Amino acid sequence: MNTTWATEDLLALSQQEALVDLPNNHPVSASEDELDSDGERKHQKLLKAISSLNGSSRWKLTERSEASLKISEFNVSSGGSGEKLVLSDLLEPAKASSSLDAMKKQLYRVKSKKILGLPLNKEEVKCIRREIAFNQTSQTLSKWDPIVLKNRQAEQLVFPVVKEPSAYAPIEYVFSGWKATTPLEQEVFNLLHKNKQPMTDPVLTPMEKASLKAMSLEEAKMRQSELKRARALQSYYEARARREKKIKSKKYHKIVKKGKAKNALKEFEHLWKVNPSAALEELEKIEKARVIERMSLKHQNNGKWAKSKAIMAKYDLEARQAMQEQLAKNKELTQKFQVISESEEEEGNVEEEPLVSDVNEIQMNGDVTNPWMFRRCNSDAKENEIHKFSEVKENERPVAEEEILLRDFEEKHSLKEASELNHNGAPVGSQEIKESNCQEVLSELRVLSQKCNKESYHSRKQKVNLVGTALQVQREEPTPGEEEPLLLQRSKRVQTQEQLGKEECSQNEEPLRPVLEREQMERNLCNKSVSRGKKKKEQMIDLQNLLTTKSPYVKSLAVPTAIEELEDEVERNQKQMIKEAFAGDDVIREFLKEKKEMAETNKPRDIDLTLPGWGEWSGVGLKPSAKKRRQFLIKAPEDPPRKDKNLPNAIIAEKHNIHAAAHQVRVLPYPFTHHQQFEQTIQNPVGSMWNTQRAFQKLTTPRVVTKPGHVIKPIKAADVGYCSSRSDLSCHTKQYKTTL
Amino acid sequence: METAPTPGKDVPPKKDKLQAKRKKPRRYWEEESTPTATGASPGPPAKKRNQEFRPQRPKNSGVSKKSRISRTPQVPRKARDQKKPQRSLSGAQDPFPGPAPAPVEEAQKFRRIDKSKKIPHSKTKTRSKLEVAEAEEEEASVRAARSELLLVEEPGFLEGEDGEDTAKILQTDIVEAVDIASAAKHFSLNLRQFGPYRLNYSQTGRHLAFGGRRGHVAALDWVTKKLTCEINVMEAVRDIQFLHSETLFAVAQNRWLYIYDNQGIELHCIRRCDRVTRLEFLPFHFLLATASETGFLTYLDVSVGKIVAALNARAGRLSVMAQNPYNAVIHLGHSNGTVSLWSPAVKEPLAKILCHRGAVRAVAVDSTGTYMATSGLDHQLKIFDLRGTFQPLSARTLPQGAGHVAFSQRGLLVAGMGDVVNIWAGQGKASPPSLEQPYLTHRLSGHVHDLQFCPFEDVLGVGHSGGITSMLVPGAAEPNFDGLENNPYRSRKQRQEWEVKALLEKVPAELICLDPRALAEVDVISLEQAKKERIERLGYDPDAKAPFQPKLKQKGRSSTASLVKRKKKVMDKEHRDKVRQSLEQQQKQQQKQEKAKPTGARPSALDRFVR
Repeated sequence: MNTTWATEDLLALSQQEALVDLPNNHPVSASEDELDSDGERKHQKLLKAISSLNGSSRWKLTERSEASLKISEFNVSSGGSGEKLVLSDLLEPAKASSSLDAMKKQLYRVKSKKILGLPLNKEEVKCIRREIAFNQTSQTLSKWDPIVLKNRQAEQLVFPVVKEPSAYAPIEYVFSGWKATTPLEQEVFNLLHKNKQPMTDPVLTPMEKASLKAMSLEEAKMRQSELKRARALQSYYEARARREKKIKSKKYHKIVKKGKAKNALKEFEHLWKVNPSAALEELEKIEKARVIERMSLKHQNNGKWAKSKAIMAKYDLEARQAMQEQLAKNKELTQKFQVISESEEEEGNVEEEPLVSDVNEIQMNGDVTNPWMFRRCNSDAKENEIHKFSEVKENERPVAEEEILLRDFEEKHSLKEASELNHNGAPVGSQEIKESNCQEVLSELRVLSQKCNKESYHSRKQKVNLVGTALQVQREEPTPGEEEPLLLQRSKRVQTQEQLGKEECSQNEEPLRPVLEREQMERNLCNKSVSRGKKKKEQMIDLQNLLTTKSPYVKSLAVPTAIEELEDEVERNQKQMIKEAFAGDDVIREFLKEKKEMAETNKPRDIDLTLPGWGEWSGVGLKPSAKKRRQFLIKAPEDPPRKDKNLPNAIIAEKHNIHAAAHQVRVLPYPFTHHQQFEQTIQNPVGSMWNTQRAFQKLTTPRVVTKPGHVIKPIKAADVGYCSSRSDLSCHTKQYKTTL
Repeated sequence: METAPTPGKDVPPKKDKLQAKRKKPRRYWEEESTPTATGASPGPPAKKRNQEFRPQRPKNSGVSKKSRISRTPQVPRKARDQKKPQRSLSGAQDPFPGPAPAPVEEAQKFRRIDKSKKIPHSKTKTRSKLEVAEAEEEEASVRAARSELLLVEEPGFLEGEDGEDTAKILQTDIVEAVDIASAAKHFSLNLRQFGPYRLNYSQTGRHLAFGGRRGHVAALDWVTKKLTCEINVMEAVRDIQFLHSETLFAVAQNRWLYIYDNQGIELHCIRRCDRVTRLEFLPFHFLLATASETGFLTYLDVSVGKIVAALNARAGRLSVMAQNPYNAVIHLGHSNGTVSLWSPAVKEPLAKILCHRGAVRAVAVDSTGTYMATSGLDHQLKIFDLRGTFQPLSARTLPQGAGHVAFSQRGLLVAGMGDVVNIWAGQGKASPPSLEQPYLTHRLSGHVHDLQFCPFEDVLGVGHSGGITSMLVPGAAEPNFDGLENNPYRSRKQRQEWEVKALLEKVPAELICLDPRALAEVDVISLEQAKKERIERLGYDPDAKAPFQPKLKQKGRSSTASLVKRKKKVMDKEHRDKVRQSLEQQQKQQQKQEKAKPTGARPSALDRFVR
């Protein structure tokens, strides 16, 4: 407040000064310049116009020429100079007087301070307050989120909530004069004795008690913050490392590397002095690194850099030097170590060269366990041998290869032939065939084909058409070998069909493949080969098969008395059978008709929207054109295939059972998006009829259990373990009230 | 129901008692000296155990006659952990270390969730729900498998001496071989006066009602042979059927359907069901299904006395009927060789199967609802697969054909031809009976008129023109019964309680459909319709996948060009996926076509005329 007063004072003062100044600058009084004023104004206008021509200051504040108005009551006007008034200008005159120091200071302070904004209007203030209040409340309430979630997910909630008993009564108090009798009890007490655990009075050791007490909220928070800090530090460090790694400057890296190497050397020396054994280990490590480097192709002058340097080396001294350095390094690295064991040194024996070199190679390794080095020396020896052999082999190879190829080809050919002949036929060696003359082959073929035909004949006795071919084959058998190929083809074909049948049979995984069906299938095969009838026809044939297949006759031990006399008269029986079979023809046709009708009635109908006479002539005997009909025909959506489509002897109603559907679930409950998912959860029955008692009880446990006659109190923060959250909330509500 | 497996668990309680007389009950820590013996804990020898069993529960005539009818050596039911338990400090050890064993393979049969179905990719929340459901299923199935231990009874069986045909074994032989209690179950009532008899066992298998063509109606507790009532209705009796309990039974008489109580007092005369030929009772729905001469199939709700549905089969006289115990669908046999499947909720047959060239004479469905046996006028006996394909699995021609067929609880098939009864057995419980060799045959004193296996007893009841015969068929019935569901030994009080519970759990009639598991599926049609309507109402699809929005990135990577580029990348990827999928499909189709093509036939010039 003081400062504002001061500024006002100052302003007033400056105004006064200006007032004092004014008469000096403009000594013209109102009475004097009545006449001149016009001319003067004109002159000024002219001046202004001229100055405006210059273009420097086209826009000027409109000035009021009247003196009384020039001097504002409230503001400091800067006169006609067009400059803005600055505080420092005003303060300049005050510089000299030391009495104004305090005020000056205050003024500076004012200058440094920001200007207060206008207070917001009420609505906005309210809005902001509300927002803050909401945030705070939600924060305090969010503490309850885990509890709410836990309660929602819990399988069962028991109210009133039972507090855990705080203190455990030692078992000795409960059972006084009780003795450990069972081995389990004895064992337990034995263990307690051994570990010097308290037997009687304080059941819990102080340590245990401490651990039982859960970590308080504050502690947990502290711990969390600590962890957070550690994580942050780590991330900073990582970021820094990443940044440094990204630096492209080679010089920098060189320096860093050198520094590191220096450091390492220093440390090593230090270690050597302090702890020689550890230093040895370190040395070994270094050695290993060297070996690794040597094994790798580094410093072999193969790199990009080395090649470029090699080109440049002719002309560039630096490049040459670098090259030489590299070479030296390479030499140094690839140098073989002459490590000689102590015993050898003592003896001074020099073994033969090859052995030494081998040993060297193994020992140089540093660690003997490395399998690579062993293998290498072994392979060296082998390589020589292989070389020798390969030389020998190369001479022989062309011949051998040709032979092998030939042999393979022959074998394959013979196998093919054999398979063509018969699957059962014994595999005949290729050489035998080669050696045997044509006659023998032919005779063999004949024998084999005969066999095969006979077999096929036996297996296919029932099938009429195939029997025919088989018979034909048999008749043709005596003819000489010219017709052999034809015969062979036939037999092969028969076999393939047999195989087909077998395959299809084996495909049926059902153990209970009906006998009828198998026969039917075989017949189908025949039918297919003979003629491909329409589908409908096939179905009819199927049905015929189904009903007319001869089922094996049961020879019962006890035969009904009425039939007993007739039993031997098989002919009569068969006649009866035939009669019945013919009588039943009608049944099948009727059934098929019914089935067809059923399918027709349930089919969705197409909608024909053609209007006769629209755009063309109409009348008796005139039909709308096919194109038009096609255009206006709305095709009904195709129904899913009928359930009985592939069942010749059944009609299954496709009608939706509305009454049963009324009991079905119609709306998917919340988390499920597909009906299959929901169905899977309700497939398991819950009732006691399908479950054991325990399972039933478990499946039907109530979600909430309450004790009758007990008050269920609202949950408290203290119950859950929040010591201060409740008070927080109350505090906050109080605060909120006061602010409002 | 469940208990943790303890060493004394394998042996029945009675056995425990016997042991208790000899020795003090031992605690597990007292068995230190014989650690290995406790680990395996084999049951007592099989034979001895059986002898002890029989007086306690003389149920199944699992007979041992000389050597040819023998029991297989009993394998210990649970293979316990054979590992030696770790020795501890005190020398004591846990005889059953670790958690209780979970029989995984046995649990497999209690699994309900079909994992072969592919589920579209789900979000985490959904996935967690699915996982919970799966875990629940697994736990329930493991518990169920563990409690299999409590089913102590084993089915009886008959075995020939090396290669001997079991069909040659006469009833008298069996009766000689079995114990007295079981032998008492073989009897025949000589009732020549009132013509061929129809019979029916109550659901618990304890009571038997039979009605003769000439009006003789009687009900009795057939185990004790105590007669509950005997009347003559002075009218032709076509069929007789127990309702939900043994206190009520329905009789299809010449004109109308009557209901009597166990005193023989006529309670109702239902005139809406006239000229009824066959009766079937659906126990879980409390429905009495009647097939009439007029061609109507009528469902009567016996709990409220209302007719639920009267369906016109449009196939003339109905005289062949059977129910599918698995899904409560009624099978009707018709004179045109078809069998039609009916549900009260649908006016038309659910399915029609052409079974025979002549008329269908008898139909029966096994207890699992998998197989249907039919016999027709063409003298054939066929077994059909009811699991969607309706294909015949096996067929036999019988001399004279079978007039009546019936399935037992464990899948034995009986057919009555003239005065002979033939029984076929399958390999296991879930396999269809193989019609190659009959398991048993029996000749009766009159022509067979009705057949039914007694539930929970190895007994076959045959009604014929000479009365009623109860014959022993080892291995016919389920050896273990559910005491809460069908308890043969229940008292009156228990029966009353069961009645109330059963009524509370009554299944609505409209839920009968071919696949009862379909009820646990979502009604997709209405679901999709609702979705469509919603989309129309809102004007957009709220569940549609949002178009890809590239993330905001820094350092100039979020420039317009790069945004477009990223968008395009995603679009292209989706497109590529689509194309790849369609290509794969095409390839598959091509392969199929190639497979379907007959390879052997040469193309002929005339092929172009083939349509």
